[in-house]
Amino acid sequence: MSVLKFFTRRSSAPAARERLQLLLAHERAVFGRTDLVAVLQDEILAVIAKHVAIDPEKVRVKMDRQDTFATLEVDIEIRSPANGALKMAG
Amino acid sequence: MAEVLVVTSGKGGVGKTTSTAALGAALAQTGQSVCVVDFDVGLRNLDLVMGAERRVVYDLINVVQGDANLNQALIRDKRVDSLSLLPASQTRDKDALTAEGVERVINELKNRFDWIICDSPAGIERGAYFAMRHADLAVIVTNPEVSSVRDSDRIIGLLDSKTEKAERGEVMEKLLLLTRYSPERAERGDMLKVDDVLEILSIGLLGIIPESPEVLKASNLGSPVTLANPISAPARAYLDAARRLRGESVPMTVPSDRKGFLGNLFGRRAA
Repeated sequence: MSVLKFFTRRSSAPAARERLQLLLAHERAVFGRTDLVAVLQDEILAVIAKHVAIDPEKVRVKMDRQDTFATLEVDIEIRSPANGALKMAG
Repeated sequence: MAEVLVVTSGKGGVGKTTSTAALGAALAQTGQSVCVVDFDVGLRNLDLVMGAERRVVYDLINVVQGDANLNQALIRDKRVDSLSLLPASQTRDKDALTAEGVERVINELKNRFDWIICDSPAGIERGAYFAMRHADLAVIVTNPEVSSVRDSDRIIGLLDSKTEKAERGEVMEKLLLLTRYSPERAERGDMLKVDDVLEILSIGLLGIIPESPEVLKASNLGSPVTLANPISAPARAYLDAARRLRGESVPMTVPSDRKGFLGNLFGRRAA
């Protein structure tokens, strides 16, 4: 048995290489080789801040990856208009 | 003109601090003036690897916050006097580093040294961001192992977007330093080869550091491996890498430790 194992031994490096190539292709598509979530957070904030007063600390951007799709969740707390915080710029 | 280099990896334990000390010493051994800076606030270790742990009085955060000047904080190496260390702080919180403070310190260092080598903490948090922020060149320390390669890829993405150089629209030069490499295991197909890692990460190659007991021996003694045992295989690999950093063209080899007659006899069986 052990002799058989010795002769049929498969090397593991090609598996590592393939797994990495697959994974990184996917991760780069999601992250675009930049920190996509951080970029999105900055740009979404900039657009909304043009129209509404927001507290940058109360913004949450989250990206979840499923098998076949990814979801982007943006959670922004806007101060209530009753306090006069909601101001439209345009 | 001073060159700011960041030694980074994403993953911990792959040899950033060892490589910072070895490359810093190797450059200083060629006569360049070098400052190695520990950005791992809260978990400093570059002082220990360099054998200067008992000489730390002031640290990076003291200088960033203006509580000490560079002259007070810099520790000059006792073996190579063109090599200095700016240690990280051990106890204060990570938020003590500020963007303005780090920029001011890096600019002051650039006036004094030929090379500033920033030892990044693991991870992609604040400390890693500050360590890479002002870099002209990045050395990506990677083990031939899947999790290390993946994290290096992530760090490359950050280097291309979060650094001053990237923000100016320039291309950050990124070079692979492959550590703990075993040519025999790669040849047997049980370890990713140099070319595999280069192809996957698509960056240039600075050097290949063979797996060797000399690295641990040197850190036990508190000495960069290029000073502890300059003729050992890892030391020669780091010395070659330092020459490449200086623009010399050095053939890429994986140095091996010279074995005696018995070593050759038994060593060959493994190869």
